[in-house]
Formats: sequence, structure tokens, C-alpha cells
Amino acid sequence: MSDKSATAYWAANIRLITICLVVWGIVSFGFGILLRPLLSGIAIGGTDLGFWFAQQGSILTFIVLIFFYAARMNAIDREFGVNE
Amino acid sequence: MDQFTLNLIVVGASFALYIGIAIWARAGSTSEFYAANRGVHPVLNGMATAADWMSAASFISMAGIIAFVGYDNSTYLMGWTGGYVLLALLLAPYLRKFGRFTVPDFIGDRFYSQTARIVAVIALLVISITYVIGQMAGAGVAFSRFLEVSSSTGLWIASAVVFCYAVLGGMKGITYTQVAQYCVLIVAYTIPAIFISLQLTGSFLPQIGLFSADASGQPLLAHLDGLLSDLGFRTYTEHHSNTLDMVLFTLALMIGTAGLPHVIIRFFTVPKVSDARASAGWALVFIALLYTVAPAVGAMARLNIINTIYPNGIDGETSLSYADQPQWMSNWENTGLLAFEDKNGDGMIQYYNEANAPAIAAENGWAGNEMTTFNRDILVLANPEIAGLPGWVIALIAAGGLAAALSTAAGLLLAISSAVSHDLIKSVINPGISEKGEMLAARVSMAIAILIATLLGLNPPGFAAQVVAIAFGLAAASLFPTIMMGIFSKTMNSAGAVAGMLVGLLVEMVYIFTYVGWFFIPGTNMLPNTADNWLFGIQPASFGVVAAILNFIVAYIVLAMTKPAPAEIQDLVESIRVPRGAGAAQSH
Repeated sequence: MSDKSATAYWAANIRLITICLVVWGIVSFGFGILLRPLLSGIAIGGTDLGFWFAQQGSILTFIVLIFFYAARMNAIDREFGVNE
Repeated sequence: MDQFTLNLIVVGASFALYIGIAIWARAGSTSEFYAANRGVHPVLNGMATAADWMSAASFISMAGIIAFVGYDNSTYLMGWTGGYVLLALLLAPYLRKFGRFTVPDFIGDRFYSQTARIVAVIALLVISITYVIGQMAGAGVAFSRFLEVSSSTGLWIASAVVFCYAVLGGMKGITYTQVAQYCVLIVAYTIPAIFISLQLTGSFLPQIGLFSADASGQPLLAHLDGLLSDLGFRTYTEHHSNTLDMVLFTLALMIGTAGLPHVIIRFFTVPKVSDARASAGWALVFIALLYTVAPAVGAMARLNIINTIYPNGIDGETSLSYADQPQWMSNWENTGLLAFEDKNGDGMIQYYNEANAPAIAAENGWAGNEMTTFNRDILVLANPEIAGLPGWVIALIAAGGLAAALSTAAGLLLAISSAVSHDLIKSVINPGISEKGEMLAARVSMAIAILIATLLGLNPPGFAAQVVAIAFGLAAASLFPTIMMGIFSKTMNSAGAVAGMLVGLLVEMVYIFTYVGWFFIPGTNMLPNTADNWLFGIQPASFGVVAAILNFIVAYIVLAMTKPAPAEIQDLVESIRVPRGAGAAQSH
């Protein structure tokens, strides 16, 4: 692997990680805690959407995020020819 | 058949199953002892990781902690699952590519320094022993109930069982035993939850039931909020705590998860780098099965407790009479973990918040809250009894709690003993040690760790989940930042890493010990462990985030003042960033 493609590969990885971590932070610290007052208008079973994200939604999003990252990284590995 | 016999049979049968599988699996694969994960399907490997990870804190303690606080303790749910995202994205694939067996091995080799290795071993020991205290506290509660003994006797029995279990050794390495433990644990947790959800809301899935209407016609959570505020308690669904602390606590649990040595080592031995990424996902799927049910268990149990104590509703003049108390109350009273005191001498039990006494207290002549002790760690174990479920469900939950505590305790003890025998003695103190001597050192260090954890577990600094959270604060402060920098900074050198780890670990330890007592010894704390005394309202476990930030800052300052890592180390970091060429994990 040339230096140039190694740099590009790592940059693509960092970009993907950043996107995933932004979503990770928004559903947990955002919707679950800090932005909960903004979501208080959306009622769910006796409480609001923020409560649902704190106790259910963030966990489900985390699962999706990991599989999304794994699938995208496998594609990037192949693209750069560094897959196993 | 009485409940006691039934408990013994079900718990005994589950133990026989684990031992049976261990013997069966061992016969064919002695040579592949360390590489037991290889060739195992990623889904099964995910189950095994989930069993390893979900401990007494998750199984026995967490729902109780949520039940008595509500929304504000959602931090445990988000924190203990969100860490897997960090593991999958930031650590697991690179540590797999690096190919070592222990965390101190990675830190020692990446930072080309024996000092770094020794500091990592110390951090690992502090984290793991704190974690084991929480496991022992939880396992002690489970044993005290199902053997019907006092809580301290239960703890000593638990420590004896954990010792025998961990010293059997090989069991831990065999993935199929852990798969069986996961199955026992998840069935034991979800069956009572499904029954209770059906009873209260008619919904089969507890995750849906939590947001459904109950017999009162209003949503279950709204009903619970109403009852709690009538009794002077804080409402369940609203936010009452310090928001800064809530954010930091969640973050500390997340980065602590990604810094826990016994979790990280699971990813060293998967066959490929891409498997390391996916196996974190599968582990989280199986963890989420319990974690999405837990908040429903908590809310429904709180409602059931109120309904049990006020069978005619809280507005009536009568509450549950002490003489008529259900069997589960007297059972748990025997352990000392549940206690009543008839303060107004009316022969009835009143449960309310006396610090914020509601109007009905004065109207009905209540003289104080009479359910004086309700240990949070009994809630999940008592839950089937509270809901009046059949005896086999009650026995099953005891078996599940013990599976959770034992599988994690064994994993932690293995991490402790390998840190002492492999990373400290073999790599640093005495490289020429015989294999026999290494095994002896491993067993002795296990025994010492169990003894310390048991003594401190007799009077633990909190409920099981709270003690475990402190271990996460320590992991967040010490190991996570150093491993991160080892991967994401090519130039980070040994001096920076060592200084960062020492500062992070020491700052967090001093902050914790200030509030919970030096080395967790009760009564030696310098300030009371309450929100008023915490710095900016940040609790000891949450402070791990502050210490982690200090770890990063100190490391970069020292790096700026010293020479960057040598070229061959920078090449090494370059190579762990690409998956191709990952060989098998190898011993140092």
C-alpha cells in the first residue's frame, strides 16, 4: 500500500467514525438528555420521546450504528485493497 | 415441593449444565485452549461476550437502581450500551490487528516501555478489584435469598463458590459454557418480565408494555407518576438530577466500557479484523435484549410494590397490615435486606417519602415511612414473588443472577491473575519463572483478590451497580485514553503515556476515595458522599471523564516537551491501522 493510499484510507475511516459518533452523541446525550425538553411535545405512552430515547431508542440506534460501520468499513477495505 | 428445595434443584441443575458443557467441550479442544473463540460462529461469540459482560450489576442491580429513581438513572442504560459503539469504532479492530493477549501487553509494546506496562497492570488491578467487589455484593444477595441465610453469610458462600469456579480455570476459556450462561441468564430475566407485562398491561413485550395503558386506564408511566407524587416521592419520568452529572456519568460508563480489560481481551482472539468490528455488534444485540427489558422491569416493580402496600389504593385509610404481609416480604426480612418498623403502632405498613410528607400522611395519622430498608439489589430477585408468579420462575431468577455474577467474576479474576502472573512476574520481575510457578502466582493472586473483594463487599460503598460504575470511572480515567492515543496518535511516546495514565488514575482514585473512603474502607471518607459535597455536583464515577481529559492533556504536554515515538513504533502504528496481514494473536 502506497503512502498516499494509506493516508486516503485512514482519512476515509476517520470520516466514517466521525459521522457515526455524531449520531451516537445525538441520540444519547442529545435526544436522551440535553434536547429532551425540545422533544417534550411528542407524547409517547404517558411520557415523551426523550424518555423513550433514553430508555429504548438510543440502545437500538447503537446496534444499527455498529453494523452500519462494520459494513461500510468492509466496503472501504475492499476499495483500498486492504481487506483480509 | 417448597420454594427452598425448588431453588436448590434449579440452581444445581444450571451448575451441572455449565460443568457438563465444560467437560464435553474440553475433551476435544485442549490444544486450542486459548484460541477457543476461533471457529466459533460470530453470533455464538457475541452471546459469550454478552455473558462475560453482563454481571450482577446488569442482572441483579440495575433495574432496582432505575426503579427507585426513574428517568435520571437512564444513564446506566445508555452508558453501558453506548460503550460498545466506541469499542467497535475506536479500539477493537486495531487491537485485534496488533495481536496480543492482554491490555498491559498492548500498552507495554506500543509505548516500548516496562514502566508503561507496570502502570497499566496497576490500573488493571485497581479497576478489576473494584469491579469484583460489586459482583461479590450482588452474588451475596442472591445466595442469601435462595439459601435463606443472612446477607453476610451469603457473601462468604458466594466467595467460596467464586473461588472454586475461577480456579477450575479452563471453564472460562470455553465459549460454549458462556453461551449456556447467557441462555440461562436471558431466559431468567425475560420470563418474569413478560409475565408481569401481561399482568399489568396485557402487552406481551415488556418494551411495549412500558409505554402502554394499565388497568387504571391511563398509561402505566402516567399512573406511576401520579401515585409517586401523591406519596411525596419524585415523579418517575421527569428529570430531577444535575444535568452535567447525568451527561458525565453516561460518558464515563461509555468510555469505561471501552477501557475495561476483561471486555477488550474478547476482541484479541477473533479470527479477523472485520470480525472484531461485527462481534461488538452481535454482543450488543444480546446485551440489548436485557437492557431494553430492564427499564420495564424497574417501572413495573415500583408500581407493584405500591399496589402491594396499598391494596385499597393510596387514598384509603387502610394499607397492608403487617400480619398479612405476603411471603416474599417475610422471606426478604430474614436476610436483613428488607425491614419494616411500625412507627405509628397501627399494625399496618405505610410507604411514602417522609422528607416531603404528603397531605394524606397527616390525614391518616402516619408517623413516618415504615418500609425502612429496601436494598435496591433485591428488586430483580424479588420481582417474580412480588408479582405472585409460580415457584419455578422464582428459582429460575436465582439461577440467572448467579450465572451473571459468576461468569463475570470468573472473567475478571482471569484478567487479574494473568496481569499478575504474565504481565508483571513473567514479563518484568522474573522472566525465567517456570510454568508451574506462573500458575501458582495466578492462583494466589486470584485468592487474594477474592478475599479483598469479600471483605470490602461485606460493607460495600454502594449497591452492586453503583460499585461497578466506580470501576468504570477508573477505567475511563486510566486505560481508555492511553489505548486511544496508542492507536490514533503515531507520535505519542512512552513518557507522555505513562504521565497521562498516572495522572488520570491518581486523580480519579483520590476523588473516589475522598467520598467513599480510602481503599473503600467504610468510615475513612473525608467528605460525605452526597451531591452537595461533590465538585460541581459531579459524582465520583462521573469524575472519570474529567480525569480522562486530564490524562489526554498531560500526555500531550509531556509529548511536546520530549522526543516523539521512534520511527519503528510509528511504523507499527501505521500497520495496525490496516486490516490486511492480521496473523493469529501471539503471546509476548
